[in-house]
Amino acid sequence: MDAMDAIKVTYFQECDELLQELEQGLLALEAGEGDGETINAVFRAVHSVKGGAGAFGFDALVAFAHVFETVLDEMRSGRLDADLDIVKLMLRASDVLTDLLQAAKGEGSVDQARADAMAAELEALTKEDAAAEAPAVAAGEAPAADEWGFTPLRMQIDEPSAAQQGDWRLALKPTTAAYAKGHDAAVLLRELARLGQIESRCDFSALPDFGALAPEQAYLSWDVRVPGGVDETAIREIFDFVGDDCPIELAREEWAIEAPPPAIDPPGETDISALIARVQDSQPREASPAADDAGAAKGQRAEGAASPTIRVGLDRVDRLINLVGELVINQAMLTQRVAESGLARSSTVAIGLDELEQLTREIQDSVMAIRAQPVKSVFQRMPRLVREIAGSTGKQVRLVTEGENTEVDKTVVERLSDPITHMLRNAIDHGLESPEERVAAGKGPEGTVRLAALHRSGRIVIEVSDDGKGINRPRVREIAVNKGLISPDAQLSDDEIDNLIFLPGFSTASSISNISGRGVGMDVVKRSIQGLGGRISISSAPGRGSTFTLSLPLTLAVLDGMVVSAGEHTLVAPLTAIVETLQPKPGDVRALGPRSSVLTVRGGHVPLIDVGMALGWRDHPIDPSEGVVLLIESEGGGRAAIVVDAIQGQRQVVIKSLEENYQRVDAVAAATILGDGRVALILDLDALVNSQRTERFDSPLLAEAS
Amino acid sequence: MSKTILTVDDSRMMREMLLKVLSEAGFNVVQAEDGVAGLEALAAAAPDVIITDINMPRMDGYGFIDGVRREGRHRATPILVLSTESSAEKKQRAREAGATGWIVKPFKAESLIEAIRRVSS
Amino acid sequence: MDADHHTETVELISFRIDSQEFCLDIMAVREIRGWTAATPLPHSPPFVRGVINLRGAVLPILDLKARLGLGDAEPSARSVIIVVQVGKRLVGLLVDGVSEILAADPNTVQATPNVGCDVVTRFVRGIITLEGRMISWIALDDILPPEETAEAA
Repeated sequence: MDAMDAIKVTYFQECDELLQELEQGLLALEAGEGDGETINAVFRAVHSVKGGAGAFGFDALVAFAHVFETVLDEMRSGRLDADLDIVKLMLRASDVLTDLLQAAKGEGSVDQARADAMAAELEALTKEDAAAEAPAVAAGEAPAADEWGFTPLRMQIDEPSAAQQGDWRLALKPTTAAYAKGHDAAVLLRELARLGQIESRCDFSALPDFGALAPEQAYLSWDVRVPGGVDETAIREIFDFVGDDCPIELAREEWAIEAPPPAIDPPGETDISALIARVQDSQPREASPAADDAGAAKGQRAEGAASPTIRVGLDRVDRLINLVGELVINQAMLTQRVAESGLARSSTVAIGLDELEQLTREIQDSVMAIRAQPVKSVFQRMPRLVREIAGSTGKQVRLVTEGENTEVDKTVVERLSDPITHMLRNAIDHGLESPEERVAAGKGPEGTVRLAALHRSGRIVIEVSDDGKGINRPRVREIAVNKGLISPDAQLSDDEIDNLIFLPGFSTASSISNISGRGVGMDVVKRSIQGLGGRISISSAPGRGSTFTLSLPLTLAVLDGMVVSAGEHTLVAPLTAIVETLQPKPGDVRALGPRSSVLTVRGGHVPLIDVGMALGWRDHPIDPSEGVVLLIESEGGGRAAIVVDAIQGQRQVVIKSLEENYQRVDAVAAATILGDGRVALILDLDALVNSQRTERFDSPLLAEAS
Repeated sequence: MSKTILTVDDSRMMREMLLKVLSEAGFNVVQAEDGVAGLEALAAAAPDVIITDINMPRMDGYGFIDGVRREGRHRATPILVLSTESSAEKKQRAREAGATGWIVKPFKAESLIEAIRRVSS
Repeated sequence: MDADHHTETVELISFRIDSQEFCLDIMAVREIRGWTAATPLPHSPPFVRGVINLRGAVLPILDLKARLGLGDAEPSARSVIIVVQVGKRLVGLLVDGVSEILAADPNTVQATPNVGCDVVTRFVRGIITLEGRMISWIALDDILPPEETAEAA
């Protein structure tokens, strides 16, 4: 049934949001920032997960959510104190709930033993602290699908023996309250009539004269005869629904000879003013929590209320972004044509174009802002990861996040998760000490890992810092020397030593733990970040901890590039990879081997790569001293000197895919369209350097040497 | 004339579910996502039956029911509570606020329709 | 192969490469535009002239003459780019100029004779005879160079 499937999809989406709210709320409570509304929100999240789960028959999920919800309800009502241990337990319970939900989605399996153990832990809490409430909780344990929940009205009547099958006599007197709650005697009588042939007689005797009639008042009562064969429970069920507001007297004919007792209505119920007074009395108790809720919600939802939102398909936004990209290119083309036509800069055309350029930039920024998302969605996944790593390493960790509302283009948000995961793993696994080590070092047993996001000079910066032991520099250096990554007599600054951990194949752990040892080293992290036009570095203070700093462009739709020429070709080099540009003196270039040469830069030797040759566009390299060298940092921190004919300038370019209509091209990251309307290729500098490296391995000289 | 039902529930999924079940049964459906929105919706729609959740942000079901009962036009409109809760205490509280009936989630489509027919004449 | 189209005629766009006539199913053709210089791609086969800007998209340009093994084309002012859809991709084909649009009955399309030439088997899906002319119907499926398999790693 596709409509139900669609609803199920909505349910899962909603659950993802609810689980995030749940975790955020619990984290706020953990940090001591929560209040009554936080507990309410946490309760509601679990409650809603449970409500939907029941509709789809996710029984395991319902059962666990129910136990969880019960504890939260205890907390909500103040019967259970939200102390730190309990909140930590709740956080683990939320992880189990997440797993159960994943399993319901058909993604991943559940460790049933773990879920059961957690449920037992939760149950223990409520048993211990709220034993008195247990029966009420148990009553709600397995809600029947069509249960009519109002408690049946217990009436003190003698149980008729089965042999006596006289007709039922039912005295029915709805109170004013019953009418006020939407009940209708006619409906009740109709229900009775469905059970069998009834005879009903309406008693108008209480009806006053018209002048004295109060429209809201209940005056009528009925005397109903129901066939004796009708089951008593069937009759009572009809009135379960109405409860005390419509008292009934039900008896076999033989016993119901007397008139109904005169005071069926509780005193005061027949008095409208008393009723109003009662309702108003109950106001402070019942309405004020709601009013408080509304007040709190106003503050909390201020943004939401002030700026209504709409949901728009991502494809529409993507298309808009593409179109604006084209607008930017067109505008650049137009500007270039006008400049070429020799119009004065002060001409009205040129001035109009300046304004157009301004507007175009603003449109581009605004459109990019539509697709911008807070990094929250990624940050929210991290507390669980940290708990798991902490659990498996036996370390005590507190995660502090900052700047989770920092926005960045969706294309970037999606790709932050992996590097952050690795940096956090590394920080806990390698950075933090065990509780014993920490205490011995005069620190608290619990380590702190801080995950922060911020904007800095048009880029997003992610910092992961720990207050652990810091990098053991002598050890790092020793490993690097042993692995032949640096020469034993290399002179390295502290910073340079710290950054050795990004070299391919480097691992500081003396034994490969099951956390960091998943085949992904920091070199891979660094490469993937560079692939996004980002950079990563580490700084460390021995005994005080380390900080990873990762910076990425705010979008993958545009790129800051250096436009260069190689022969008659125009190319774009990503600015982030370029360390500096220089014009080498003839003496700085030395041949090394038959075909390769190196550039001497401040005493070091850097391999020279002629772009035109590397791309197969010419047979002989140009003389580097007649061109320009881009000194770049490639993966693993290695440097290379890229020789180009000339630098045309720096420009922000719109990234265009080559793969959409063609295919990947070696050493080319993507393409862009320049002001003259022609396509220019964006270089993949890492691939360029790598291809040269493999080529040189093939050359006889190095083949012998290796 | 088909009857109009106002549903008040903060869960998008539950609203979709109710919309499907009720519109298939031939009811007009008006929806609101919490008590405050429910009271607002009441001004425009004249529902024959109201179905509300209890646990909602901003204004919960009790506050909403109470609000409906105090708003003159709908003093007598049947209100069914649709909730995963089933404790006697909570039902009592809903009844005091003025609820007409209580249905425990998850619900069967037929029982919900049946309940609506029972309370609406 | 076109048995189920027997009631309809197909519209074809024909062009010349040297003395030979070729045609394409007009359904595959998105537009025809004048020649503009392409940006060459590194390490690409000789028949890939490079890429051009097609309203913001990057369009690869194939020299159809070179692709068919008939030597490199020499683009002139008369040269055109036929933009065709191949699967999900748009590809520009460089040809010397378009001759005409013709309608053919698919039943008259003859199977490509086996001339023992790989290029002919890959790129000619059939032969159309029209007023004494012989027109080769180009198959586009294999027109792009094969993807580098290294990507799979």
